[in-house]
This record gives sequence, structure tokens and C-alpha cells, in this order.
Amino acid sequence: MIEIRIHGRGGQGNVVAAYVLATAAIEQGRYAQAFPAFGAERRGAPIAAFVRLAEEPIRRRCQIAHPAFVIIQDEALAALPDTLDGLRSEGAVVVNSGRDAGALSAAMGHTVYALPATRLSAEALGRPMPNTALLAAFITLTALVPLTGLKNALAQRFKGDVLARNLALIDQVAAATPAGVWKERVNATGA
Amino acid sequence: MRQALEGSQAIARAVALCRPQVVAAYPITPQTHIVENIAKLVADAQFQCEFVSVESEFSAASVVLGAACAGSRAYTASASQGIMLMSEVLYNIAGLRVPLVLTCANRAVSAPINIWNDQQDSMAVRDAGWLQLYCADNQEAVDTTIQAFRIAERCELPVMVCVDGFTLTHTLEPLELPSQEAVDAFLPPYAFSRALDPRAPLSLGTLVGPDYFTESRYLHHQAVLAAENEIIAAARDWSSISGRTSAPLIRIDGSDEATVGILTLGSVFGTLLDARDHYGGAPVKILHLRAFRPFPVEALRAATKGLSDLIVLERAISPGADGIVAAEVRSALMDADAPPRVHNFAAGLGGRDVPLTIYPRLLEAIGKPQPRMIPIDLDRDQWPAAADAQ
Repeated sequence: MIEIRIHGRGGQGNVVAAYVLATAAIEQGRYAQAFPAFGAERRGAPIAAFVRLAEEPIRRRCQIAHPAFVIIQDEALAALPDTLDGLRSEGAVVVNSGRDAGALSAAMGHTVYALPATRLSAEALGRPMPNTALLAAFITLTALVPLTGLKNALAQRFKGDVLARNLALIDQVAAATPAGVWKERVNATGA
Repeated sequence: MRQALEGSQAIARAVALCRPQVVAAYPITPQTHIVENIAKLVADAQFQCEFVSVESEFSAASVVLGAACAGSRAYTASASQGIMLMSEVLYNIAGLRVPLVLTCANRAVSAPINIWNDQQDSMAVRDAGWLQLYCADNQEAVDTTIQAFRIAERCELPVMVCVDGFTLTHTLEPLELPSQEAVDAFLPPYAFSRALDPRAPLSLGTLVGPDYFTESRYLHHQAVLAAENEIIAAARDWSSISGRTSAPLIRIDGSDEATVGILTLGSVFGTLLDARDHYGGAPVKILHLRAFRPFPVEALRAATKGLSDLIVLERAISPGADGIVAAEVRSALMDADAPPRVHNFAAGLGGRDVPLTIYPRLLEAIGKPQPRMIPIDLDRDQWPAAADAQ
């Protein structure tokens, strides 16, 4: 079982990102679970969402204390103690940041992949919604689900121009991200 | 085929498959997504029903009561303060012996105000005369919702389907939804024997004085007890249609060699199963109490036979007494043959996460003297020092 935690702020599509990632796995015939840990339900508040992926039915309902991967939608949240808490040493972080990944890795004490998802989404979607770009990078790095799975999952929630722009953003991010370089981390953390 | 669905979305679709003619509800966290999804199905013309937006839960319950009496299958959903505000009408619905289905998206009750999951809300109305079925997971929530309409209508009693708020309602996972044909084959059209009809006038809800009230209440008690048979029949018949088996009264998981059992209600069940696999150790029998009303005394005695210790883990308390479920378990087992010692712990109140580590903590705790009831996840860091001095 692979456990992933998404940290962001209310309004950044954290829960949608978790649902979309789980949906992409379920569409492949696998098992997945996605759920939020709602705080005060207001825009801007720190929020976490959880995703589990497995090859058999998932029975536990607790929050994820020791994720294999953490996805951070607002890099300022990396400074909060809860954000990286429990992240497994073989695991890694995808963070929305324009800063150098090496410096971020040193600061966080974990392997980090950084991409300026707010800027990319503002350009591609016309809105600063970093979740699609971060998911595209995460899926490309880990190969946990095919990119087509992500696209199909988005197609269940969005349509028309919004969907088309998101799909184009996925292709753009995937092309710029090294494919499959975190596969070993998936194997190491999936036990 | 399994689909990726949020619990609330799946419950809404299951409700629609049961073809209620009237749905009335007032939104409250964490029930909101259920009602929103029903409203969307109606707006998209995927589901034909009279959807009544009301100004309060009191009205929601009153509208569905009136609709059911007027001959419509009816449904509502609520949680927490909404259940509290409905409570007067909930007693009326049950006392009038009207078939209805209500989903309770279980949530704590104020004060302190808290929007997260525990089961204080449905427990607070356990004496209202409704049947109460608790769901361990979202597939069970779908299947129980469908069964609930048939149970309600055959028994002429309302059924509350209790689903842990957020933990289930807001969790997306792979779920199987039945076909419309399957549900239609299971659930015949609504026909209420005492439906109001101007061509054959009758009164419902008339004053009953001391000369008949006792008989009325005792008949109600007997009807709730007898509903056990319909709960069993509905689970059996739905299993033969859906291909999914579900235990009607108590789900039992574990070896008969176990001498320790843990009984719980709702979504903690799955966490306990995983925890038992994770930690190993001596065999432990894990029980899910699906039917809380009627309270399955005989099934409980059979399920706990041979146990030396039974831990009741629950998500509500009765301040000044114990946990609510444990008090009933103790009562049911006290004159059983060689009953287990009953240990009572609360956990997960107000949405506190219930992690796998709860399992070894419970097993360790029963080896030491304990109060009659204590939250196993009581956090000493959050505990005022002054409280210990009292």
C-alpha cells in the first residue's frame, strides 16, 4: 500500500486532487481511498488530504501518519511542523515552488521535486490552481498510475474549455518532468 | 463494476435507486453532500421526485412524515444539531409507526461545538422508537440504505441508517452500485396500509389517554423487537440479488479460539481489522454491531460465547453513567451463561483520529484496573492539571 498526503490551503483543490488521484487508480481496477482532514472550512486555512493506493481492499480509516510521499501546494506550509511530519526516509516531496530543488531538499531533509505550479496554472488555466500541475509531476515521477488515468479522472469532473486547458497543462508538465525516476521509492515504501 | 465514488455521492445514488417520491432535507455538515447530490440528480432529471427545500430540520422531518402518511415513499438525512432539532418529530414518526428512511451522517453534538465524527447524535435518539443500523464502510452504507426502505415498509417503522460523518461520507473509494432492475426486484412500490385517503377518511396522531397509552407503547416495543426478522430477511434477500453478503445484526471477524473480543459500531471496525493483522499476537474476535435497535441480545450472546473479555469501543458517552453501548451490552450479557468481562472505552470523540495503535493500547489496558468507562485516547497533554486535583 502506498500512502500519500497532500497539504495545501482551503480553496486550492486539495480534496479534489486527492479524489482525482484515487479515481485514476480505481479506474485501473485497483483499490484506492481518498479523504480530507477538514480543519476550519475556510479559504486559506491549512488543509490536509489523504490518498491510499493498494492492490487489495483498504480497510483502515485512520489518517496517514507516515506517508511515502507528500505533495505541498503552498511552499510556505513546509515550515509548519505537521506538513513533513512522519514522512518516510525513503519517501519524497513534490512542492509548488520556483526555488531550486537542491536548496529545498537541504532545507526539508528529504528528496524534493519542485515546480512553479502556481505560475504554470495561471498561464495555462488563467487561475492559480496548482493541483493539476503537481499531480501531473507526481504521477510522471512515480508512474503510480498512467497519465491517461489522471486525464480520465479529470474528465469526470470538468468539461469543455476548463478540461482542455487542464489536459494541455498535464502534457506540458509531464514533458518537463523526468519520467519514472521515483519508481524505486514507490517499491521501497509500498510494503 | 466498481466505481470511484465519494460515500455521500454513493448514498445519494442508492437513495435515488429506491425511488422515493419525496425528499426533504436541510443541509448540515457532514450530511450536506448527500442532499446536494440528491438535489443534483433531481435537477439533472436523472431522478424524479418532489425535492422539498425546507427552513429547518424540524420541517424536514415533518414534511417526510406528512408525505409518507399521504402515500409517498420519503427520505431525509441529517446529523448532530439537526437530529436534535428533529427529535420531537422523530418520536412522532416512530410512534405513528410510519415507514421512513433517514441517513444520519454521524457527528458530535454541541457544546463545545464540533463538526466532526462521533455517534452522540444517533445515540441521543436511540429511545425514539426507530430502528438503527450502523455501517462499517461505504459499501455497507449503499446496501443498508436499499435494505432500509424494505425493512421500514414491511415493519411500518422508520429506519435510521448511521454512517460516520467525514470518515465515510467524505471518503472516495471503489464502490458497487446496483442496477435499477436489481433494486426494483428487491423493493416493491410503496404501499402504506394506513395512508391518508379522502375516499376512506381516517385520523392519524389522535390523543391517546392513559387507557390505551401503555398498550400503544408496548406494541411499539414489540414491533421494534420483531423487526429483527425483517432485518435478517432483507440482508439475505439483498445478498442473493447483489452477490454481496452482509451480516444483518452483528458482523463477526476472527477465530473461535479467541478469548478476547472487541465490539464496535461504524468505521472503526476496518481499522481494527487492519490493526489486528499489523500487530498479530493472540487471536482476537472483532465484532461490528450493525443493528443497535432492535438490540440483538441473542446474537450478541452467541457472538461472545467463549470470550473471557469483551472490549466495547464506542464513539459516544452518557455523562454520569458509562458508554451507551457498553451499558446495553453489560445488561444483555449479565445473565448469559459464563459471560465475558466487559471493558468499556470511548475513542474518536469529536473526530479525534483513531489510529492502528488503538489496538495494542486496548489489549494492554484491559490487563490493568480501569474506570467503568474512559476514553482510551485521552490526551494527558490536553488535560487540565486542576481537574486531577478535584
